[in-house]
Amino acid sequence: MTTKYMDAQLVEKRMSSRVRKNTGWKGLFFASTLFGLVVLAILLVRIFTQGMEYINIDFLMNHLSTDASRAGIMGAILGTAWLMVVVIPVTMIIGVGTAIYLELYAKKGKLQSFIATNISNLAGVPSIVYGLLGLTLFVRALEFGNVILAGGLTLSLLVLPIVIVAAQEALRAVPGQLSEASYGMGATKWQTVRRIILPAALPGILTGAILALSRAIGETAPLTVLGIPALLIPFPSGIFDTFTALPMQIYYWTIDSSLVAEYANLAAATIIVLLILLFLLNSIAILIRNKFQQRY
Amino acid sequence: MSTVMEKKINLKLVRNPNENNEPEAEKEVVYDTKGLNLWYGETHALKNINMEIKEKEVTAIIGPSGCGKSTYLKTLNRMVELVPIVKTSGQITYKGKNILDKSFRVEDLRTQVGMVFQKANPFPKSIYENIAYGPKIHGIKNKKILDEIVEKSLRGAFIWDELKDRLNDNAYGLSGGQQQRLCIARCLAVEPNVILMDEPTSALDPKSTLRIEELVQELKKDYAIVIVTHNMQQAARISDKTAFFLNGEIIEYDNTDHIFNNPTDERTGDYISGRFG
Repeated sequence: MTTKYMDAQLVEKRMSSRVRKNTGWKGLFFASTLFGLVVLAILLVRIFTQGMEYINIDFLMNHLSTDASRAGIMGAILGTAWLMVVVIPVTMIIGVGTAIYLELYAKKGKLQSFIATNISNLAGVPSIVYGLLGLTLFVRALEFGNVILAGGLTLSLLVLPIVIVAAQEALRAVPGQLSEASYGMGATKWQTVRRIILPAALPGILTGAILALSRAIGETAPLTVLGIPALLIPFPSGIFDTFTALPMQIYYWTIDSSLVAEYANLAAATIIVLLILLFLLNSIAILIRNKFQQRY
Repeated sequence: MSTVMEKKINLKLVRNPNENNEPEAEKEVVYDTKGLNLWYGETHALKNINMEIKEKEVTAIIGPSGCGKSTYLKTLNRMVELVPIVKTSGQITYKGKNILDKSFRVEDLRTQVGMVFQKANPFPKSIYENIAYGPKIHGIKNKKILDEIVEKSLRGAFIWDELKDRLNDNAYGLSGGQQQRLCIARCLAVEPNVILMDEPTSALDPKSTLRIEELVQELKKDYAIVIVTHNMQQAARISDKTAFFLNGEIIEYDNTDHIFNNPTDERTGDYISGRFG
């Protein structure tokens, strides 16, 4: 008989401790997940209990006011909407265009990988630095002033790397055999890009755009650097108007809550509006994404 | 199933090698390759290839992996240029013009030379849109004409009856064999003169393989077909001419019957009888 190395008794004895450890690790991973969820829940509960009662039609529709009971955030909502009018086309056109060039047209080499690496690096630059760039370039050098166009372009620069990187990854994920089939029938590069590669990459590109847009809507730091006014009564009606935006309003009301205690509640209410807006935007974008995915 | 296939091989193999030589004089040369060399960077992948490919014939290219057979096939429609480090010398004359000449527009070439790939690669679109893609990129917009092209192409690939009721279904829902025949139909929609096939049945089951082989037999009535295959029985079954590639060189190129029954070069015989490769 051959020697047996597996001692059945010893294995049996260790088994229960192994199973216990198994359960223990599972618990640890679950706890990690729970940590984030609990913090989020506390945050949401706190904000909703504090701000919910202040949300009504007047609060949503009114002009801004120093009087807390009369203040409304329509100006900030419109400001954020106008920012998006600038950010969405600028980032989609420049971002997707850059990704298409780098991924599909540029010769693979040192220069291409140098550019790609630095775009990834730009995604990690603190947002306040973009604010300074926007202040120097758009507000002062190009003399736009602290208007929506300047804010929108600044935010566009901030989120462009996210859009570019996501779009590059989406384009790279399109199987090469699809473009081969297209070239094989005599299609030009542009026809192949437009009819085969872009549609296949679109869901991935939109996912990146959703992330980027959410980031842009929530950004505060670059806007504070541009010098967005704290109290702005008139509504913006075009990209050359001065503006305030939802995160700016939250910021000013929060720092002024030491003067007027009620401002803290208004800030909470504005946070709720901002969160709902983000949620709506993401839902719409996800719906669009799913619709395109179903076509295949 | 397998007995049917074996019978076919036997029929082919015992056929008198001289009997199919008669009508050859009338067949036009489609591709004339002279002194073709190709490098991937430093690697000399094709060495002094000389080869004539005729219309209305199936030309099989066999050889072990890495012998350059796929590379040669992809040179015939310049797909090989998708690898940026490729360099070529020599010439390939297609209908009197050197396709390796940079002034030869690659889109023109690929419109006249269709390609079927190793792995069926339908677009993530409907069956109809897959077939209509080729005509559309060449500027055909008329819905009625497109409808006719779709039907004609699917009929040409003998898949119309299977698919006519589900033209708007996603092509990804088809079986592997159906997808490959769809790809052949897609290639027919551009009305090419030549069809290049790069191991078109290597990912398919025997039944689907047989259907593709039957289809090739039908298609050769109208097209020149060049097929790269790992399957020597397949080459023997369906081709008129066979080229044996080894290490980037053509060792032997002759009538299929000759190659399989009475190869001139020892290495051809060794490869065909399975002694290497």
